Amino acid sequence: MKRVKRRYLALQLDCEGMPAEREFIDAVWTAVTKLYGEVGASLTGLALIDFDVERKVAVLRVSLAELNMLRASLATITSIGDKEAAVHVLGVSGTLKALYGRAK
Amino acid sequence: MQECWVAAMTRAFADLHLRVNPKDQQATQKLITKAARFGYSQISIPFTSKLNEEELTKLKATCSEAGVDFVSRADFYPRSENDLTHFVRKFRRRFEVICITCDSKEVARQAAKDRRVDLLNFPSLDYHKRFFDRAEAELASCNLAALEVDVKPLLILEGPPRVRLLMSLRREVATAREFHVPVVVSSGVAEERLMRLPRDLASLAFLFGLDEAQALDATSTSPAAIVRRNREKLSNRFVAPGITVIKEGKSS
Repeated sequence: MKRVKRRYLALQLDCEGMPAEREFIDAVWTAVTKLYGEVGASLTGLALIDFDVERKVAVLRVSLAELNMLRASLATITSIGDKEAAVHVLGVSGTLKALYGRAK
Repeated sequence: MQECWVAAMTRAFADLHLRVNPKDQQATQKLITKAARFGYSQISIPFTSKLNEEELTKLKATCSEAGVDFVSRADFYPRSENDLTHFVRKFRRRFEVICITCDSKEVARQAAKDRRVDLLNFPSLDYHKRFFDRAEAELASCNLAALEVDVKPLLILEGPPRVRLLMSLRREVATAREFHVPVVVSSGVAEERLMRLPRDLASLAFLFGLDEAQALDATSTSPAAIVRRNREKLSNRFVAPGITVIKEGKSS
């Protein structure tokens, strides 16, 4: 079986207050499902790797083939929970080591 | 953390449509600062036909303080072809970018025919008023006009209205690409929260059929080319396309 190539995205949350991890990942899944439907969302292989509430930084994992799909979906997020918010993609990398290395 | 990622960007990005009211100085200042922090090199806030030189100077000063290049732009919603011609004649030499929002087919055709028009914009919510078809694209292609797409409606709409808008945009962008009409992707936002990083803005273009390189061009090289061309034309040294004054001789 062919190995699935993945990408890791570092995200900056732009919102007032501190959103819960659950609220954030729900907002991401909702955005992807709204744009691409349930079948599309299932192809992304989306997973939350890290969530730093203090710095409002999150790291997501996605399959490389669906990276553009996820980026477009993240850009359409306008609220997390019931608060206005935006999610900015700070960087994309093939390994977590490189991603964290660039952020330092 | 954000600053170190933004500093790593290699392209010069432009957002030619920040829809803030220039009279609201506080909101304008905030938006300009945020655009600079996000790494935009060029931004534009549209003026309507009521030009106020003082506001324009103030905006330029605010932008240069923030380290962003301000592009003067005028937006117009002409009711007829004569109205359009009158506006363009009056304002072409005073603004670097002229955008026409086409409300009727006659105006859309005239705007595409007119070499002085830079951007063609269409109402996002009224699908019967999106006149960017093959004939329009052919005219625009001959006259160097570009198709402007605002992404704000994609952020605020949901469900069937967004689906309809995406269908129209996909068709129009495909037509534009067929006739080599440049596509310019702008934000069209007035609120800070709806502003996106340049690459996120470009990623929204994936939704209407642009690939990564085309999407990045639509937010960087295409708007920059329009601004460069017009600045050259508006400079004192410009004579005609391809002819500029390099050195002036002494009059005997």
